[in-house]
Amino acid sequence: MELQFEVERLLYEYVQTLDDGHLERWPVFFTEECTYQVIARDNFDRGLPLALIRCESRDMLHDRVTALQQANVYGPRYLRHLVSNPRVVERHEESVLVQSNFAVLRTMLDEPTKIFLAGRYLDRIVVDSGVLRFSEKRCIYDTLLIPNSVTYPV
Amino acid sequence: MSAMDAAKRSWPAPSAGRVPLWVYSDPDVYALEQERVFAGPTWNYVGLEVEIPNPGDYRRTFIGEKSVVVTRTKDGAVHCFLNKCTHRGVEFCRTDCGNARNFMCPYHQWVFDLKGNLIGVPFRKGVKGQGGMPEDFDFKDHPARPLKVEVVNGVIFASFDHDVPPFKDYLGESMYHYFTRVFDGRGLRLLGHERQDIPCNWKLMQENIKDPYHASLLHVFLVTFGLFRADQKSEVKLDPSGAHAVLVSRKGEQKAGEGLEEMASFKADYALKDPRLLDPVKEFPDANTVIMQTIFPNLIVQQQSNTLATRQIIPKGPNNFELYWTFFGYENDDEAMVTRRLRQANLMGPAGLVSVDDGEVLEFTQNGARPHPGDLAVMEMGGHDHADTDHMVTEAAIRGFYEHYARVMGFKREGA
Ligand code: FES
Ligand SMILES: [Fe+2]
Repeated sequence: MELQFEVERLLYEYVQTLDDGHLERWPVFFTEECTYQVIARDNFDRGLPLALIRCESRDMLHDRVTALQQANVYGPRYLRHLVSNPRVVERHEESVLVQSNFAVLRTMLDEPTKIFLAGRYLDRIVVDSGVLRFSEKRCIYDTLLIPNSVTYPV
Repeated sequence: MSAMDAAKRSWPAPSAGRVPLWVYSDPDVYALEQERVFAGPTWNYVGLEVEIPNPGDYRRTFIGEKSVVVTRTKDGAVHCFLNKCTHRGVEFCRTDCGNARNFMCPYHQWVFDLKGNLIGVPFRKGVKGQGGMPEDFDFKDHPARPLKVEVVNGVIFASFDHDVPPFKDYLGESMYHYFTRVFDGRGLRLLGHERQDIPCNWKLMQENIKDPYHASLLHVFLVTFGLFRADQKSEVKLDPSGAHAVLVSRKGEQKAGEGLEEMASFKADYALKDPRLLDPVKEFPDANTVIMQTIFPNLIVQQQSNTLATRQIIPKGPNNFELYWTFFGYENDDEAMVTRRLRQANLMGPAGLVSVDDGEVLEFTQNGARPHPGDLAVMEMGGHDHADTDHMVTEAAIRGFYEHYARVMGFKREGA
């Protein structure tokens, strides 16, 4: 019960931080050694290794943030993440594997709000310096045909 | 106005360097492209052999808006036919890929074999002596329409026109040389696909990859890390028709060079915290590190450092297209190389540190141009011709594209 509560709080704070635009705090949700991948569902199901985004360390997450703040050109937008059905699917000595569903809504200035991405998170969660963090996060998206660009983290 | 009337259009300028904005949004022009460009005497990319390695393997894809199936038969040959039932037009194959003995249309269960031949029609002879197809109905007259296929070092091309010249002649000597640099006959290793829905006309994608001018300005990431920059040794090359092109470049340093003061996007103090992202190794005999090849009408071959991909252009109406990315390596890549390619894939695709800029700017272009079909774009950087150049400050490859495009579409040029 306690674990379920802690896991949910991590997930909710994670998406709230993204939706509030505190991108510099995004890497903080991960352990220093971590992997973060955004993967198309068909690649995942077929065992193909390609990821849309592949970060292999917290530093690489920082590099993503720097790029999207300083390098990339894209139209302004609001994103809102919805998370549901968090379930602990595996318990290990040091970590738990948690699966949850996500939907990301995208609002462009001149368009009504649309569903941008739908999929599931497969998260490996560990206790790191007294708090829960992701040591691995895989965002497996059903929305194979992506509406133009994925600019912000999923 | 109909598609046929569209053919009577004239190009409102004496040069292919002035492009009327109606080419990006006019529905009749778009309809004519479906006939003359995609269903015309062109070779269209439909996939890689490594995607259908075994007999019975198939994949579904598109040429223009038309759905096609690419298959491998028992004898190892590759076939391609229209994914349209000859009974009433149903798209009978509804999965992206798989393995099948034949294809059964779900509606009335007509069956097509792996070459597209019609081999079964339920109730053909009627039921209890009633109904059935007429005596003169012959299966041979109703195959799913076969396309001409050519497999070039593992890459599959198809054409609706069975008289299209061989791929090598279609591409021309110099373009074939660049094509076979990446596709040199070695076995390929499929890494995965990415699919991107870009709300702009398909031709803007071809233009984008033929445009080295923007690459040095728009892409902070390329410019800052010296991955593609106007002050580096580079070339733009075209085939004689102007249809196909390559941009060739060599990686330089992250340091100031001539012309850099005009590149607002150069950031001298920009550094990566985890430099493994940019850890390219030399893998081709020449010193070039970037080769972007555009093949008319639907293919881009990407080699940026060690990230290799085909990008297939699938038009979805005048204001929209799908970009279908297939990332690959070579069969004999070691694990370090596979990881390197997967890492560098961060630069490309719908979330690419470089290519996000392109998808977004193309959307802005469509939004800006669509309300002004009567205006002209000016593509005169580097002159009016479409000759090869040894620098990047040119739009020659775009001019070559429109020179060829206007010819294929039958547009008459005013004042020429
Ligand atoms: S439409 Fe295909 S069998 Fe009738
Ligand atoms: Fe670009």
